[in-house]
Order: sequence, then C-alpha cells, then structure tokens
Amino acid sequence: MYEGVLADLIDELGQLPGIGPKSAQRIAFYLLQAEEEDVKRLANTLLEVQERVKFCEQCGNVSEEDICRICRDPRRDPSMLCVVEESRDVIAIERTGEYRGRYHVLGGAISPIDGIGPEQLRVRELMQRLSDGAIEEVIIATDPNLEGEATATYLARALNPLGLTVSRLASGLPVGGDLEYADEVTLGRAFAGRRRVD
Amino acid sequence: MPTYRDEGVVLRTQRLGEADRIITFLTREHGRVRAVAKGVRKTGSRFGSRLEPFGRVDVQFYQGRSLDTVTQVETLHAHGPRLATDYARWTSGTAMLEATERLTPVDGEPVLPQYLLLVAALRTLDSQTHDAGLILDAFILRSLAISGWSPSFSDCARCGEAGPHRAFSVAGGGALCSACRLPGSAAPAPQTLMLLGALLSGDWARADDSDQRARREGTSITAALMTWHLERGLRSWPLVERV
Ligand SMILES: [Zn+2]
Ligand SMILES: [Zn+2]
Repeated sequence: MYEGVLADLIDELGQLPGIGPKSAQRIAFYLLQAEEEDVKRLANTLLEVQERVKFCEQCGNVSEEDICRICRDPRRDPSMLCVVEESRDVIAIERTGEYRGRYHVLGGAISPIDGIGPEQLRVRELMQRLSDGAIEEVIIATDPNLEGEATATYLARALNPLGLTVSRLASGLPVGGDLEYADEVTLGRAFAGRRRVD
Repeated sequence: MPTYRDEGVVLRTQRLGEADRIITFLTREHGRVRAVAKGVRKTGSRFGSRLEPFGRVDVQFYQGRSLDTVTQVETLHAHGPRLATDYARWTSGTAMLEATERLTPVDGEPVLPQYLLLVAALRTLDSQTHDAGLILDAFILRSLAISGWSPSFSDCARCGEAGPHRAFSVAGGGALCSACRLPGSAAPAPQTLMLLGALLSGDWARADDSDQRARREGTSITAALMTWHLERGLRSWPLVERV
C-alpha cells in the first residue's frame, strides 16, 4: 500500500475508464521517473482540454457550440425535459428513439461522501429552466443505483410543488448499474413505462 | 486457498475502469477491507445491487497482492433502497458510513465494537423510530468513545467532580468544574449537555424529548468533538439534511 500523494495519484488514475489498479500503479511509477518537461506537457494538455470543451449553456450537455444540437432543434418537444446525470446518458437515451423532448445534464449524482450536494450540481439551473412554465413533464433518469435514487428523491421533492408532472423511469433497469450500460430495448421500455412520482 | 469469507457493511463504492467498482467494507472479523468487484456496473451483473452502500452482506474475497477481489456476495440486509427514498435519513446515513471509514484502520485489524455499533445504528435509522439527526449524533459520539475519546457531559473531565457543570471544552475533554475551567471554554445550555449525555448512553426516551435548540447546539458540539479528533471534518457533514 502506498501513502500520501502517490496513493492519491494511483487512485485518480484508477478512476479513468479502462484502467485497473495494476495499470494505475504502472502509470504512476512511469510518471515518477519521467522527465519533468514531459509531465508538465501532459498536465497542460489535460488543463487545455478542460478549458476548450464546451458545455451547452442551456442543458449542460457537451457541445461544440454555445447551445447544443438538441436544444437548437425546433422539432424537439418543448414541453418535456429529461434529467440525466451525465452527457453519456443523453447518448444512451437518444439511441432508444423513445424520447423527443430535451435534456438537462446535472453533472453527476448527489454524493455527500465525495462532498457533492445539490449546490455542486446543475440543480439551480434546472429550477431556472422550469420557471417559465413551458415544461410540463420532467422525467428523472438518474442512474438505477443508490446515489441516483437519492438524487431522484431530492429532485422530486423540489419539483413537485411546481405543479408539473414528475416521472421516474420504470424499474426493470439493472439495479446497481450505470444507465449508459443499459441496452436500447430495456432503456426504451423503461421510458415508455415511466411512472409518476408524488 | 487465499480466499476468506466474512460479514460486512458496504461503506463506499468507487468507479474503477470501465465497468468495475472498488468497494470499501467494514467487516466483522477483518476490519476495513477494500476490494474490487468486477463488472458490477454492467447490465446483468449478479452482484451490482448487492454491493450498494448500507448493504449488510455475506461476502467472499479472493486475496490479492494490492487489492482483494469480491468473488461471492449475498445480501443479509439491504437498508439502502429504503433510505434513498428519504433524503434526511440517506444523508445522515452517508455521514455515518464516512465517519466509520475515517475512524477505522486500513490494515484489516478487526474492530468488532465499531462494526456492531454501525449495524445497530443502520437498523435504527432504517426503522424510523428516532430523528435521523439524533441517530447520527449518537453514532458519532459512541464511535468516538469506541476509539477512546469519550467526552464527559456531566462530571468534570479533569478532576471528576460530580456535575452538571457550566463550562465545556472540546480540547479539555468535556464538562469542566469552575476550578478546572479552561480559558475559552463554552457555556452550552444545561439541556444540551443532558441531551448529549443521553445520546452517548443510549437514553432514547430523554433524547427524543429534547427541543430543537438543544438539538442544534448538540449537533455543533458533536461536530466540534469529531473535527478535533479526526483533524478534519467529514465531507458529508455539511450536506446532511437536518429537519
Ligand atoms: Zn443543450
Ligand atoms: Zn474539575
């Protein structure tokens, strides 16, 4: 077991997709021995990517423009809004072809143990979007795991007094999993069978 | 065979790579264990729903060089799904899990009293018999006591003179008589110290009877005690919904 900043680096690397604990250790030790210049260039590239990639000003989805393709599309149903944790979930739901409304990307789920509460997510932006009354139904499509459920509980409680229909994807999604891994058929069915939450 | 089996509570789950998770358990016999659960984020995983926070499970591990791997898991009690439908209870419970992680050593040293306390506290939280905030504060005070940091809420923490006393000092170990009083001691309401004493000893009748003012002050004293001993506060603490 490693300690301090080295352990932090291994943990951080291990969170990257496709990198297991052994690879994380290998990369960490490679970086330890690398030239200072090489490490700096890598760090700068990471920061630059963060600066340049845009998020849609309206829905928070990744976008090359200020407003994303889905928000700009006039054929989208303006009365429906689907709330998801991440941009990947938008792609998963688009694949089903079941949904014609717009999205709101929270930027994650409420996770107190990681210091992430409603304030750290795009919840305030969501409430602002709903204030003009154009949206009649909000579908909460957070991940079918505990943090996703608790986030849905929080949102449903905040949204219900607004007098719009709040619904949650039907069960049948694999509990404990990530929404993005659900297949089109299952996810489409969950959409069609969504239930109202009060 | 480098496998072992134990009973444990899932404290935390972290994404690892494409579809795996690192699960942190507090186990009955092996203390705190971090282990990889393979493929649990994918559709059709047998384990996914069983390895969610708050779950008390019967689990089998394969011993690895750096991290162990979960090879089998059965649910004994899933508190999570019910807690997730009640935001105050879920946030309080999350703070209990984080406190447990912070207070237990990593090296697999058994911590049976802390395990039993956690199991009982989760059961109480789930049963909705007491206010979630009170259950959390009681859990923190008793966890600190298990770690050897038992504050006094009545008798003088220095000389033992019978209380109640007016002065209270986190650094001084709790209530202090007028002779032992340290500069900078606080003077909490007598009802607050009574409430904290009740929470520490498990006197729920008395704790349930407390008013909002004592509960609020009790929570901030509990937080101060915890921060003093843990050196930094819990990340989840400010996000706990107190009703
Ligand atoms: Zn958009
Ligand atoms: Zn004294």
